[in-house]
Amino acid sequence: MLEFRKDIFADERDDDLNEIGKPTQRQDMLGHVTGRTRYFDDHAFEGLLHLKCLRSPHHHARIRSIDTSAAERAPGVRRILRASDVPVNLNTLLSLLQFGKDDEPSLAENEVRYVGEPVIAVIADSEREALAAVLQIRVDYEVLPHILDVEDAIKPGAMPVNPTYPENTFTYHETYNRQQLRYGDVEAGFREADHIHEERYQMSPIEHAPTETNGAIAAPETNDRIVCHTSTQGLFFSLDTSAKILNVPSNRLHFIGGTVGGGFGGKVDSLCEPLAILGAMLTGKPVRYAFDRTEEMQYGPPRGAERWFLKDGVMNDGRIVARQLTGYFDAGAYTRLSSYAVVKCTAHIPGPYTIPNISSDVYCVYTNRTPATAMRGFGVTGVDFALECQMDKLASLIGMDPVEFRILNAYRDGDMKAHRREAHNCALVECAQVAAEKASWPIREEFKRMNSYRRDSATTPATSTAPIPRMPDPTKPPAAATPQPRTPPVAPPPPRPSAPPSFQQPSAPTTSPQTIPPPEAPSQGRPAPGRTGVSRFAGRSSSISGTRRR
Amino acid sequence: MSRTPVQFRLNGSDKAVFVEGGQNLLDTLRRDVGDFAPKYGCGQGTCGVCTVLIDGEPHLSCLTLAEAAAGRSVDTTSGLADGPNLHPLQQAFMDHFAAQCGFCTPGMLMAAKALLDKNPSPTREEVVEAISGNICRCTGYEPIINAILDAAGGRR
Repeated sequence: MLEFRKDIFADERDDDLNEIGKPTQRQDMLGHVTGRTRYFDDHAFEGLLHLKCLRSPHHHARIRSIDTSAAERAPGVRRILRASDVPVNLNTLLSLLQFGKDDEPSLAENEVRYVGEPVIAVIADSEREALAAVLQIRVDYEVLPHILDVEDAIKPGAMPVNPTYPENTFTYHETYNRQQLRYGDVEAGFREADHIHEERYQMSPIEHAPTETNGAIAAPETNDRIVCHTSTQGLFFSLDTSAKILNVPSNRLHFIGGTVGGGFGGKVDSLCEPLAILGAMLTGKPVRYAFDRTEEMQYGPPRGAERWFLKDGVMNDGRIVARQLTGYFDAGAYTRLSSYAVVKCTAHIPGPYTIPNISSDVYCVYTNRTPATAMRGFGVTGVDFALECQMDKLASLIGMDPVEFRILNAYRDGDMKAHRREAHNCALVECAQVAAEKASWPIREEFKRMNSYRRDSATTPATSTAPIPRMPDPTKPPAAATPQPRTPPVAPPPPRPSAPPSFQQPSAPTTSPQTIPPPEAPSQGRPAPGRTGVSRFAGRSSSISGTRRR
Repeated sequence: MSRTPVQFRLNGSDKAVFVEGGQNLLDTLRRDVGDFAPKYGCGQGTCGVCTVLIDGEPHLSCLTLAEAAAGRSVDTTSGLADGPNLHPLQQAFMDHFAAQCGFCTPGMLMAAKALLDKNPSPTREEVVEAISGNICRCTGYEPIINAILDAAGGRR
């Protein structure tokens, strides 16, 4: 059951959490248990037609010709939709936020760029007749070379996957081929480090596999409007996307949704709504376009795969002094939301740890794979897999407990992040302590006493008004440390240190000579935040609105 | 295409529909009768959201020919409540917050009802076995198992 640890950050609380922690019945629960909840597909329409797509069997091919004559004569077929029937047959989802260039057709035109890309849509009286007619369409493909690996895609001279981005990388601010983050001097950090550790990490694409597949039913309504029942997770996002693709004012579309049979991020791409509505407009009949299970698993957008190269410099006392990251997000053939995932990822780097020297380059790369999309923390989950595996390896390398290693390096309030923002509302130290306690994982007393308010918990009074000490300059020896010999990266782990790391008592930054310039951060641009009331919970969130919970 | 008349009882009421050869019971219930409680999830008998009872036995309606229901009694979650009074399983699912998106719930309830009708006091293992063909992708299995056990206890 839920347990509230109000002792943590007790001096910052003035809440009483009257509702939180008490069960409150969901407003939709009665509908769920009685079977009365209406999902998009649970609506009856007289004369409902069914839309099915012919999909590309090739990773990459040129369409020489399409012969639909047999399909048009097939039983039950009411209408065939071609690329030329789609009013605006090039779109990118985030164009609604003026982010990125239109790069994806609703129905493929001239070329197909991934297995499963829709080419032709057939609308028939029944699903079975639509599928039978799809099988009678003849497409003459000229199979072209394809790219399935992100590093192959960015090689000089690589074949363009997506003509909108001929270099196979998304273009940021109409200029940059990546999201770049620089803080401190990572090479100087590596020179100072006792150990260097490099790793390559690779994750697979992940399908959301909701029990309800993606789908939509569109039907003519009164006043020349079209009603659309949809499984979408972003109702107005899908409405505006459909209005753009169909080139109609959004007030001609009446979207009904929000009841989603499992989404997890896989129901924002608005793939079904525009074609269902177009079908309803062209036939004057209700049209249903829903993925079957195979389409959902094979062609529905997954969480995209990421490849990571991490290089860390770590001291024998446990401090990470430099972190270098190169990441490749596999967007698949079209952008969808991967460009945003890379921005979100870069905002998360280097993980919740204070590291004085950071260099990061993250690329949104196009390949001939299924286009990727949102999924539960996308942009952060993949890199966190790499970072936390790396943290365990670093702890093992220096012979330190992995929980203590994380507590030691965790952000503290007032630390300067690589993004030139002070860290606030930090809580990793406390989370790690409680997790260790719950798991009966032994950590040393001094690590149990640490907290997120300050680095030098043993010496600095909590009421200090002095600026929060920052992570010490990595080029300075720790104030009370015994100099450690440099050890090559392949050396066996040194013995576990018997004393808490000496940088718990840093000398004042201004009194020590500096051998290299400090990190290029606005050093004292903002006063230390107040420590009373609800400041920890005040609205300091800077997440991009609207998309953070997908 | 030839169409065949099929009669069956649905939640205690007589139904008569014409079905095409090869038409499954799920489509018949949803499109021809208008009972939307059983869902389409996979069409392959792997997810369990289409689970209905035929003469008290759980069946995957997406893999059951409509004609196989002829002359038999079909029960779905739509008929589980007694008027305004919820079935003990429904009440237990509410009390235990045993639904998130709710899409698997009608199938879960039918699988659970089939179990409790035959075995009013199942063990935890028997409950797990009974719903092993029903996928909850929101992964809320613990509250679902607890709800079924609670409903069984309440009926003792």
